[in-house]
Amino acid sequence: MKLPSLQRAFLYVCCLLLVLHIPKPASAQAPSTTYAITHAKIFTLSGAAIDDGTVVIQNGKIANVGAAVEVPAGAQVIDGKGLQVYPGLFDPVTQMGLREIGAVSATVDSAETGQFNPDVVAAEAVLPSSEHIPVTRASGITEALAVPASGGMDSGGATGILGGQASAIHMAGWTINDMLLKKSVAMVLNWPTIETRTFDFSTFSRKEKSYSDAKQEYEKQVTELTDWLERARHYAQALGHGGAGDFQRDVKLDALVPVTRGELPVLVFAEKARDIRGAVEFCEKQKLKMILGGGAEAYKVKDLLRSKGIPVILGPTLALPREEDDPYDRLLTQPGELAAAGVKIAFGSFDNSFARRLGQQAANAVAYGLPYDEALKAVTLYPAEILGLADQVGTLESGKIANVIVTNGDPLELTTEVRYLFTRGSSLRSTTNKKPCTRNI
Amino acid sequence: MRAAALICGLGLLICSALLTSPAALLADADKSPAVAAEASPIILIQNATILTVSHGTLERGSILIKDGKIAEVGASVKAPKDAQVIDAGGQFVMPGIIDCHSHIAVDGSVNEGSISVSSIVNIADVLNPDDVDIYRDLAGGVTVANVLHGSANAIGGQTIVIKLRWGQPASKLPFEGALPGIKFALGENPKRSNFSRGTARYPATRMGVEETIRGAFTEARDYKASWELYNKRTNAGEKNLIPPRRDLRLEPLVEVLEGKRYVHSHCYREDEILMLLRVAKEFGFKVRTFQHVLEGYKVADEIAASGAGASTFSDWWAYKVEAYDAIPYNAALMTRRGVLVSVNSDDAEEATHLNQEAAKSMKFGGLSHDEALKMVTLNPAIQLGIDKRVGTIDTGKDADLVIYNHDPLSDYAVVQKTLIDGRVYFDRQRDIADRPVREKEKKALLEKQKKSEKKPEAGEAGKKPGEKKSEEKKPEEKPKPPQADAVLGGAR
Repeated sequence: MKLPSLQRAFLYVCCLLLVLHIPKPASAQAPSTTYAITHAKIFTLSGAAIDDGTVVIQNGKIANVGAAVEVPAGAQVIDGKGLQVYPGLFDPVTQMGLREIGAVSATVDSAETGQFNPDVVAAEAVLPSSEHIPVTRASGITEALAVPASGGMDSGGATGILGGQASAIHMAGWTINDMLLKKSVAMVLNWPTIETRTFDFSTFSRKEKSYSDAKQEYEKQVTELTDWLERARHYAQALGHGGAGDFQRDVKLDALVPVTRGELPVLVFAEKARDIRGAVEFCEKQKLKMILGGGAEAYKVKDLLRSKGIPVILGPTLALPREEDDPYDRLLTQPGELAAAGVKIAFGSFDNSFARRLGQQAANAVAYGLPYDEALKAVTLYPAEILGLADQVGTLESGKIANVIVTNGDPLELTTEVRYLFTRGSSLRSTTNKKPCTRNI
Repeated sequence: MRAAALICGLGLLICSALLTSPAALLADADKSPAVAAEASPIILIQNATILTVSHGTLERGSILIKDGKIAEVGASVKAPKDAQVIDAGGQFVMPGIIDCHSHIAVDGSVNEGSISVSSIVNIADVLNPDDVDIYRDLAGGVTVANVLHGSANAIGGQTIVIKLRWGQPASKLPFEGALPGIKFALGENPKRSNFSRGTARYPATRMGVEETIRGAFTEARDYKASWELYNKRTNAGEKNLIPPRRDLRLEPLVEVLEGKRYVHSHCYREDEILMLLRVAKEFGFKVRTFQHVLEGYKVADEIAASGAGASTFSDWWAYKVEAYDAIPYNAALMTRRGVLVSVNSDDAEEATHLNQEAAKSMKFGGLSHDEALKMVTLNPAIQLGIDKRVGTIDTGKDADLVIYNHDPLSDYAVVQKTLIDGRVYFDRQRDIADRPVREKEKKALLEKQKKSEKKPEAGEAGKKPGEKKSEEKKPEEKPKPPQADAVLGGAR
């Protein structure tokens, strides 16, 4: 029987290439081909849609977009008649490249041990050959934020309070150097929560504690966190004075300095309203630049979030309500409620194997009240803006990195196909490498 | 005296054998269609786009519902004056969604994981009609669920098909006349690959999984033969025979051998699928459905030839090694090779959008609109042996219907109403209208509790009773990420 795995064959070829020290294939290098997508409907997301326009891609960048744009000589022309062009989708919370198979610990680099690891950086562990990358890309996702310590089984339940730095990556590349959009995008802060009911992954059992014990533990953790930030401030001061004598460099405090200065945002994971309020108050007091991640109960504090200008990267909308007596569509209506209240939102998959459902998550929010244009921006422009990368990606404007998708319809709809996909100006046939392979077909 | 006791004992045995056989129980229930007929009004759904699944799409059609059944379907249907009219102008009606792999409505754990052959236990014994997931799935258009035991054992517990009759007691949940099933499981979960804790349990390899199933069926075959011999000799008039000792563990397996109980087998890899087909052939039983069956595309011909169905996920993968070679084209590829395929949830949340999951087989593999719809309606109905009653919109079938505001094979479609046996069990407008009432009721209850707590307890408990309560009233909350189940063996 013939083993039907093209992908296995691909791996063998890769291994062979490595063994023979054959230089990287040219396609992995910065592209030289100029592309022109013509006669397509173009959704720039920076202005009105262009009904019949051209997008020119050159040297990895979008060179030109418009209705009356000339096709440069020598450009490879893609006839976009009947097709639609969008910026690629951006999944702003994933463990892309950090977790391959959840159940196999050897393939998981999601979370470090210990509670305070501000110095660890996701990009150092992202696996460029992860199968999740092409599979996710096939659904039109061209950028992702690889977020360390964002929870789950893989970390043994321990996520740490300061989880490390999240890295933004392009969804294609031979090495991390090819893939890196920005190495340090945000500091992960898993906001301590008052939990009387916890789950112990080491014994697979539920643990109960009293409210006062839980509250005490919470306060202790917040104090510890405060202490870290205080030390980082003093450290920064010492650094400013030249750090003579017995002054020693500290990698963890080094990593925290830009956080204390408000230069590096904190991506704060919190779900309950009480925790979100606590985190907002804390970040304000500490003068930290806060992005909320998760926010299952953000709707309860939407006015607070709007008034403080705190954006939210929402966890999956396709999720059951937290409380038994919540409305069944609690998480489906929330994005619309937040947007209506003036809170900036983005959708995140918070996963790898479900990352390809990003568009589905956004569309379901539309079905329950979020305006369509907002939903589309919440998986393209808004994640880029929230993460401070909108000067590089998120819209189709000349000068931006050419992460572009060409589809046969609405990219949020389940049945829409991505016909062409570009990352950094390279054309990648968008089909997944998890494509059908059965014998004799 | 002794003979009398023996006769008495025998009588009890026969009685209890009858009583404990779920098949017998359900057959009885089938004779009295009390549930379906109970106060079910005459309803006319009109002006709808009707996705019949069996005979195409009717634009601006009507469905007349009487006595819980579909009485008429067509372009112009005459309804009696007292019929309740649902105007579904601009909306879509499809048959109720059938989830061929569910764990809702189960009280407590779905796994009796202490033994490798747990055929002695039955999910039917622990149905919980108050599980809110019944309502949530109903709100996602699900009307029928195949409620399965977990996958911790090579041969797991007995299973049952239910209708999502939210608000009815547990006794009214089972689908009358549906053949019961038994869960089998192959691969990582029964061999406990992802479980470092606890004592070691045989089997620990796929070799052992095969032998566990062979061993159990060898016993079941002997057990069946000993009863047959006993019955033959008794029927021939022999007196004072001692019957074989009853074995509750083997009885469900005898039912499998006799074709009275369906085998629903959890599996992932193609090798283990072929393994179970070999074992089934050896002992002369049929596998009714392969569940998950993520590598089914590799052995679609063998599955098709065996007559087994395949019930798979739309696009779940990579949560464990055996789920790594999964492709979203699986459902479509198996369909093209002649396998009867359904798309299931294995998860209370996933079940709320199975229509969307079915739609993915149009993108991945190019199935038609009707073929995709069948994945969550007619095909699972056939797999569960209930297609004479449900799965399509045809005269005479149960009025299990879902009304959407949009083509259901889209992620913009929202369920407006779900009907079972011609009764509206879910109505989005009513749900929304009731929310302030429920909110008020909740507040009043919390107030009442606050007052009652203040009296006996001073100090801490009195300070924040409201908050404490909200922590405590979540016994059902699963403190796991979505993929935990996969590793727990609770499900995937």
